[in-house]
Amino acid sequence: MKELLMIAVGSALVNNVVLSQFLGICPFLGVSKRVETAAGMGGAVIFVITIASFFTSVIYKFILVPTSFEYLQTIVFILVIAALVQFVEMFLKKSMQSLYNALGVYLPLITTNCAVLGVALTNVQKSYNILEGVINGFAVAVGFTISIVLMAGIREKTEHNDVSESFKGTPIVLITASLMAIAFFGFSGLI
Amino acid sequence: MNKYVERIYNGLVKENPTFVLMLGMCPTLAVTTSAINGIGMGLATTAVLVMSNMLISMLRKIIPDSVRMPAYIVVIASFVTIVQFLLEGFVPSLYSALGLYIPLIVVNCIIMGRAESYAAKNPVVLCIMDGLGMGLGFTVGLTAIGLVREIIGNGTAFGLQILPGSYEPVTIFILAPGAFLVLAGLVALQNKVRNRAAKRGAPMTQVSGGCADGCDTCGNAGCGGNRYPSGQEE
Repeated sequence: MKELLMIAVGSALVNNVVLSQFLGICPFLGVSKRVETAAGMGGAVIFVITIASFFTSVIYKFILVPTSFEYLQTIVFILVIAALVQFVEMFLKKSMQSLYNALGVYLPLITTNCAVLGVALTNVQKSYNILEGVINGFAVAVGFTISIVLMAGIREKTEHNDVSESFKGTPIVLITASLMAIAFFGFSGLI
Repeated sequence: MNKYVERIYNGLVKENPTFVLMLGMCPTLAVTTSAINGIGMGLATTAVLVMSNMLISMLRKIIPDSVRMPAYIVVIASFVTIVQFLLEGFVPSLYSALGLYIPLIVVNCIIMGRAESYAAKNPVVLCIMDGLGMGLGFTVGLTAIGLVREIIGNGTAFGLQILPGSYEPVTIFILAPGAFLVLAGLVALQNKVRNRAAKRGAPMTQVSGGCADGCDTCGNAGCGGNRYPSGQEE
């Protein structure tokens, strides 16, 4: 139990996926204009990464390792993730209309999110078992949600600030991200 | 200008993936702790880009339109795996420095974007040159960022001490926040140059399709917007 908690805290806060691992920068910069959309994106990411880390762990353990095809992991994982996102989208559309309405538009964007593949590969690299892998995936996604929602909140507040001409747009967002990354260093004492 | 040389120029300057298109931000920020790492990542990406562009261009009349995205993914992922093994075998130090980001070349927007927007429509040799140009443009971008971070954060360039020993390195530049800060500075610099040129009335080629413009454009540029053609869904 203690190890699981350590994995969760480590992945969500200490080694935050965006601010210290630089995975999922695209949506972090692109979908962080409004808190509402950022939260929606975060929800979709939590949903997909948790499922994807479960499936990739299972496939790695029960198919790739017994057949000693471990070296195919990159190819297999990316295909599994792409298929999974498609499948989840179809499933939600059919059977959970309300959840689909909330998350639907973000789902196709998630395949571009390198955090999903990153988590799957990290699980293998650190030889997590299936439960640890799922916990790690969930925690990474929660970390992503925390940072993107915080970023959206800051951007809403600073939207009308007088920023110098050259720094308008992406540069000021990157500087905000830099300050957030410094703040997240504070968590490194946790483990 | 020769059309082959034009492709290289296009990738290096006109549509530089790092500074103009702002594609492939994850490796751009993550591995640029030193100039050497930047070059290594850039060249690894270039190798994948050239080979995947070549193969996709060769197969462009064979791959059916409806399954082209999965086909591209398989091609790209295969080459990434090959490059990964070559690096592990021949440059183990670089392999361990780049770590997780080598397999993550698969999800680099640039490669998928070039496959979708260029390699699927053009003859083989042009596609190879295009891959080379884009890859070298990416390499230049990563090396520039890596160099700035290494000089300020460590006082060295390409591993050689260039600032006097009395210089106290600003370590934060080789840590995570420094990556965001240096990129912010470089983008601001580019904005300044563009704004000034626009004021002079120079014709500006508006290039869009970067991740910075929002993920919708990034997706449409080839990362995933077209991954599932609408006809396939139902």
